[in-house]
Amino acid sequence: MEKGHDTKEKIVYVGDSRIRKRDRSANVPQDYSSYPGKTEAFVPNFLLKEWMVGVVVLVGFLTLTIAEPAPLGYPADPLNTNFIPMPDWYFLFLYQLLKMPYTSGDYVLLGTIAIPGIAFGAMLLAPWLDRGPERRFYRRPIASSLMIVSLVACTYLTWEAWTHYQEELEKNGIIPEHHERRMMAEEAVKQGKPRPVPGKDTLPAIVAADDPAFTNIIQAQCISCHGTELEGGVGPALRGIGDRMGKEEIAEIITNGRGGMPAYANILTAEEIDQVAEWLAKQKEEAAG
Amino acid sequence: MFKAIYNWIDERLDITPMWRDIADHEVPEHVNPAHHFSAFVYCFGGLTFFFTVIQILSGMFLTMYYVPDIQNAYYSVDYLQHQVAFGGIVRGLHHWGASLVIVMMFLHALRVFFTGSYKHPREMNWVVGMLLFFVMLGLGFTGYLLPWDNKAYFATKVGIEIASTIPWIGDDIKMLLQGGDTPGAVTLARFFAIHVFFLPGALLTLLAVHFYMIRKQGISGPL
Ligand code: HEC
Ligand code: HEM
Repeated sequence: MEKGHDTKEKIVYVGDSRIRKRDRSANVPQDYSSYPGKTEAFVPNFLLKEWMVGVVVLVGFLTLTIAEPAPLGYPADPLNTNFIPMPDWYFLFLYQLLKMPYTSGDYVLLGTIAIPGIAFGAMLLAPWLDRGPERRFYRRPIASSLMIVSLVACTYLTWEAWTHYQEELEKNGIIPEHHERRMMAEEAVKQGKPRPVPGKDTLPAIVAADDPAFTNIIQAQCISCHGTELEGGVGPALRGIGDRMGKEEIAEIITNGRGGMPAYANILTAEEIDQVAEWLAKQKEEAAG
Repeated sequence: MFKAIYNWIDERLDITPMWRDIADHEVPEHVNPAHHFSAFVYCFGGLTFFFTVIQILSGMFLTMYYVPDIQNAYYSVDYLQHQVAFGGIVRGLHHWGASLVIVMMFLHALRVFFTGSYKHPREMNWVVGMLLFFVMLGLGFTGYLLPWDNKAYFATKVGIEIASTIPWIGDDIKMLLQGGDTPGAVTLARFFAIHVFFLPGALLTLLAVHFYMIRKQGISGPL
């Protein structure tokens, strides 16, 4: 490649800055003749075998992705106060460390800086901390036992964090959102409905919107909480409520209230409640078309 | 035909030494599982690389549908997973691969540790390896937020809170990552940028250095 007044060059450039052609002997393969045993060429022999193992791994991995879809919960809601935060599993040991009595509260710096700092710092500097000529792990008892102790500690912390999380879920009767979501999707698909997309569920339209029960009573009393289009607000959406409960049950909730829902026994007459409940019971997806 | 094309290029660019340098080396017996089954521990580095390649490829396909803003991120992931052909598999590869790559990297680091391969003259490669480890953890942390579901949001919130307790620089780290007082639109945009540009750039650079040093120094000898 080096230019010169070489007549074989098709075009001669003045001030050519191409790299000098190197002596190919610089690329002689690494000499492993001092190692005992048989060596094998990397390309193609060894790489071919590696690739065959790789294909098996890949097929197994693809099977896993099909058998176990990646989880997705509900859209992030910053105002949600009940959600139990959980990092990915490989951060759990750090997360759990911060819950230990001497690494939280007043001592939190021990948990966030000191212990992880020393551990990761020692890992980073391992070649200079363990400088002896011995390579076998049983001839380096200090380095090896420190590593084994750290491994046991990390495993324990991870396990502890995970079981604690499972207990929390059980205690509060929480199903992780991605499970709940998946079950609901499977349920809907089984019933022949489209797969629901959380937060984008379309509510059925209002049935009989000109009924006086709606225009006179509900629009006056209920929309402040249940939404002007009954799409939900402080209280749940009432469109399609007829699919979930019958007239009696609705009347009972309106009369006596429930949770954040006020009782209307003294505000509306029994007849008005009856009309409202009857109208609400008609709010079915089927009737909405 | 191919030979003619190859020769044409080689005459101009002298490409033979480039690939010969990568391909032409011997694999000694003590690291070859075909000779000693226990030598499979020497495959963890290669497997880490294998999964890293899967992460990069599946990630590139994910960005074809993913939208990094708080209104659409969740729905773009949902759409990708359920409506796009093979979308579920691509997301599955990237999701589970993120865990597997950490596992493999961990096993690889343990192999290097317990065979004492980080000792002279390979100290620098061990340090580069640890930096790779941190970059991978960073990729895991930033990637976790991207689907923008509750799990993502609250884990990130807690993670940033923890980082902010670091003395002196804690609040700056928090501001840098979060871009505001609570995790929000800016946080998602930043995490996306870090996850797909900054950290992969660092990862590829470090990997190049890692592999260069392995080629230069050869694999450590038998115990
Ligand atoms: C102060 C706000 C408020 C007002 C006003 C209100 N509701 Fe409610 N409503 C709620 C809340 C909150 C719930 C959920 C109760 C619970 O969690 O058990 C609810 C639940 C209900 C339910 C049961 C829904 C379900 O899916 O379980 C019905 C039916 C109902 N309201 C009807 C009405 C009617 C009819 C009116 C007007 C007469 C009305 N509500 C006015 C807040 C309100
Ligand atoms: C993205 C992550 C990584 C990849 C893809 C990778 C890849 C590799 C490969 C292919 C080898 C050849 C030997 C083998 O396969 O075992 C190797 C060797 C080595 N790796 Fe890594 N590695 C990674 C991370 C790490 C980490 C986390 C460490 C330790 C902190 C590390 C330290 C080393 C050292 C010291 C060697 C030389 C070992 C010897 O000569 O025996 N690497 N790496």
